[in-house]
Amino acid sequence: MNALPCTVYVSLVGALLALIAGGRSATAARWIALITATVGWLITLGAAADFVPGPGLQTLVNVAWIPELGVRYHLAADGISLTLLVLTGLAATAGILFSWNIEERVGEFFALFLTLIAGVYGVFLSADIFVFFVFYEIAIVPKYFLIASWGSTNREYGAMKLVLYSFAGSALVLAGVLWAYAANGGQSFALSDLAAAGANFTAGQQIGMFALIFLGFAVLAGMFPFHTWAPTGHVAAPTAASMLLAGVVMKLGAYGCLRVAMPLFPAGLEFWQPTIAWLAIIGIIYAGFVALVQEDFKFVIGYSSVSHMGFVLLGLAAANTQAVSGAVLQMFSHGVIAGLLFAVVGRMVYDRTHTRKFSDLRGIPLHRLLPFAALTFVLGGLASMGMPGFSGFPAELTILIGTWKTSPVWATFAAGGILVAAAFTLRAIQVSFFGTTDHSGPAATAGAHGHEHDYAPITWPERTGAMLLIAATIYIGLKPDVLLEWIVPALQSPLFQTILKGGAS
Amino acid sequence: MINYTAIFHALRPEASLVVGALVVLGLDLWLGRGRTEGQRLRLSSLVGLLAVAAAICASLGAGSSGEVVDGVLILDSLGLATRVGVLGLTGLTLLLAPGTSRVRNPAELVAIILFATSGFTLMAVAQQLLLAFLALELASLSLYILAGFDKSRPASAEAALKYFLLGGVSAAFMLFGFSLLYGLTGSLVLPEIARAIAVNEQSTLLMVALVMILVAFGFKAAAAPFHLWAPDVYQGAPTISAALIASASKLAGFVLFVRLLWSGLLPAAGSVATFDSVPGWLPVVAGLAGLSLFLGNFVALAQSNVRRLLAYSAIAHAGALLLGVMAAGVAGPGPLFYYAATYGLATVGAFGVIAVVEQAGGCQSLSDLAGLHRRSPLLAACLLIFILSLAGIPPLAGFFGKFAVFAAALKVGGLGGPLGWLTLAAIFLSAIGLYYYLLILKQALVLGPAADRGKISVPANAGLALILAAGLIVALGLFPSVVLGLF
Repeated sequence: MNALPCTVYVSLVGALLALIAGGRSATAARWIALITATVGWLITLGAAADFVPGPGLQTLVNVAWIPELGVRYHLAADGISLTLLVLTGLAATAGILFSWNIEERVGEFFALFLTLIAGVYGVFLSADIFVFFVFYEIAIVPKYFLIASWGSTNREYGAMKLVLYSFAGSALVLAGVLWAYAANGGQSFALSDLAAAGANFTAGQQIGMFALIFLGFAVLAGMFPFHTWAPTGHVAAPTAASMLLAGVVMKLGAYGCLRVAMPLFPAGLEFWQPTIAWLAIIGIIYAGFVALVQEDFKFVIGYSSVSHMGFVLLGLAAANTQAVSGAVLQMFSHGVIAGLLFAVVGRMVYDRTHTRKFSDLRGIPLHRLLPFAALTFVLGGLASMGMPGFSGFPAELTILIGTWKTSPVWATFAAGGILVAAAFTLRAIQVSFFGTTDHSGPAATAGAHGHEHDYAPITWPERTGAMLLIAATIYIGLKPDVLLEWIVPALQSPLFQTILKGGAS
Repeated sequence: MINYTAIFHALRPEASLVVGALVVLGLDLWLGRGRTEGQRLRLSSLVGLLAVAAAICASLGAGSSGEVVDGVLILDSLGLATRVGVLGLTGLTLLLAPGTSRVRNPAELVAIILFATSGFTLMAVAQQLLLAFLALELASLSLYILAGFDKSRPASAEAALKYFLLGGVSAAFMLFGFSLLYGLTGSLVLPEIARAIAVNEQSTLLMVALVMILVAFGFKAAAAPFHLWAPDVYQGAPTISAALIASASKLAGFVLFVRLLWSGLLPAAGSVATFDSVPGWLPVVAGLAGLSLFLGNFVALAQSNVRRLLAYSAIAHAGALLLGVMAAGVAGPGPLFYYAATYGLATVGAFGVIAVVEQAGGCQSLSDLAGLHRRSPLLAACLLIFILSLAGIPPLAGFFGKFAVFAAALKVGGLGGPLGWLTLAAIFLSAIGLYYYLLILKQALVLGPAADRGKISVPANAGLALILAAGLIVALGLFPSVVLGLF
């Protein structure tokens, strides 16, 4: 448990080493990155092994950093952060396995990737809002360079849009945090101190502060109508970055909503709750329908991420123990599944066929040429649809049951979103992997025959990465209690209990 | 009875700088004959660096012992920190010079930089109107010459002329303002002026004096609407001069005016903490800040010349620094000083990178930076740190500067008045700032180099200066208390 802060330091050191090694040998940089990510993941798993679930944050480090501003370098963890830390380690390791084929500026790629990971670990560990914010911003800049330098379709536009949305969101958060800090007399940024002071804020202040901070974080979580950066950015990103951005970085936003915005300003939450819930529901359904008509394979996954993150936001908005624990479970589940789907689309399919257009893929018998990719995508798709046996099922079910207790209307609409998700996922599976192979159009046939034997076989890093992610989604699907036993006690802390109403766990 | 020993003790840094400048000129006459300009510049810079080092030691020796000679000088922690700060920035500039600037009169360049610096160090400790004016003019006249130092380029002459004409007008405004203040209060020393204003009722003349002084301040700080010289000077002046104008001169100017406004004109401050604002200089400064923030950030978006872009970003930063000036009454000058000093570091660094690239085939347009990561990884890495610090990304010093200033400004009156809302606007505008800073970094780190551009060899001294500046930005970012704790 006490080793958790090392995840940040290990990742930063690994980034530096990868940068240095990249100048001489690409292979060395790859292995350094893989070892770093694996070590980080093992640290989180080790912490998970001797983790004793309980309410409240367990402090790991707490030293004064900038006494003039009342900032303390305070890292702590509870069941919620642990869940997301394990997810980060898994997604980072898988992401590096799926970027084994990066050939250009390898050292820099992995250095940026590991810096991003370090920022993400840091956010999940922070118990001081200032530290939280510092790590949050550290995670923003590498995204730009990862996408703009190594991305594909329209990458410079996608990268700039994604980064400016993230940064604008973080500016809103900064404004809200500074407002709360100043209104509290400018003594401390500690979550607990600000929460204690929250009672002194007037309802008007709380509504304003909550709006700034929640909106800032929700932009990163892909809340409708501020989600448009997500599909363009994730489509433009290189595979590993898409996996990490959709899988983990979007969770930073949701985590910020849960950890900072909601517990600090109960009156704000109460005021904005219906708005957030309806925006989440619109996001679920709207993004689902948009995914249904996409012609680009990767855009389907991009919009499906927005739709699935809608469930997370809905779970948070429902604000009872069950819905919120479901939301955290969904964060984990979606992190794994989005990683898997982006890996298949970006690495296994696109890097070989060099097309993501359904009209082209339709003519290629991918299920025969790349059976492993087809199998992985079918499994990932089933998990994404929320089939029992995969992690998506317990997560979305818990959210829906929890939401029902707050508002049956919300739950009904959201359940409709699951049908849409099934529709767009099945369509993507059908069209991309099992398209017509006999009577396809002339151009597509020519392309297919021309390339029929050109596709490189699926490599070992791809197999390993896919196996890891599939194993995780099935394991959590069969035994969600593993995570819920961490999450639910964490929600029993007094900080959360002030905002969570009812809902037996 | 004037205590000459005390004066000498207090002014040793300036004495070292002036002696250093004379030695530079003498040595160049003696040894410079028959040598190349590069060798002469190296020698002169070395002597200049020694003089700066001696001045730093002297400043630390003079310490913060309080008022000297009936309050003409004030040696306090702000004065000490500012002296060391401007000397450090000058030192970096001098370290950058050899190998990156081609000038016909290297010794004169270094000597004038040293004269300008002695003006800066005096500005840091001046507490009397006449001395403040003399120090400011010593610095400004030197800077006008530095801006026009490259006699081979018309742009340099144009920059110098614009800077000089506008600077001259602003000096006239300031002197007029000072004379009105003297007439109104009968004193030249700031604390006594404050006492006199406090007992007299506020007169129209005082307001006229305030406006005059603020015009001069706006010019010195490159705050809108007095910013017009900045883009042309940044673009036309030799890179080394631009670095000095944008960094050390800014720091010294802001400190001088913070002293002037808060310790000399405190009773006429007015208030911006609430919306029914009290007239005084604070509301005017708030106007300058808001205008600078908006104009700087939005106009920077349209720039394709990297120096002009830095100039408009400097105007935006001036707006944020003015927030620090307004907050200094409550939070003290710490956040302002930290912001100005780290901003100076990042600016010197950015101009240093430009100076090195300039020697390898010009650096005006943004696209001249294209493919810097291939042409010189060191320059690209340093530029990344400088630009991200300017953009305010943690864990670099620029972020903590912004954060400290914004936090201090919000503590003044929360969101109950114009200052709070200006601060919120500044926070949101920093997202716009990130866009144009990323445009620079996109050229340097994402795109490939143009076909005719080869590798850049970085002179050892310039490389050292850049690494020093980048290292300081990271170190001060990780440990901001080192500076913030001084006040």
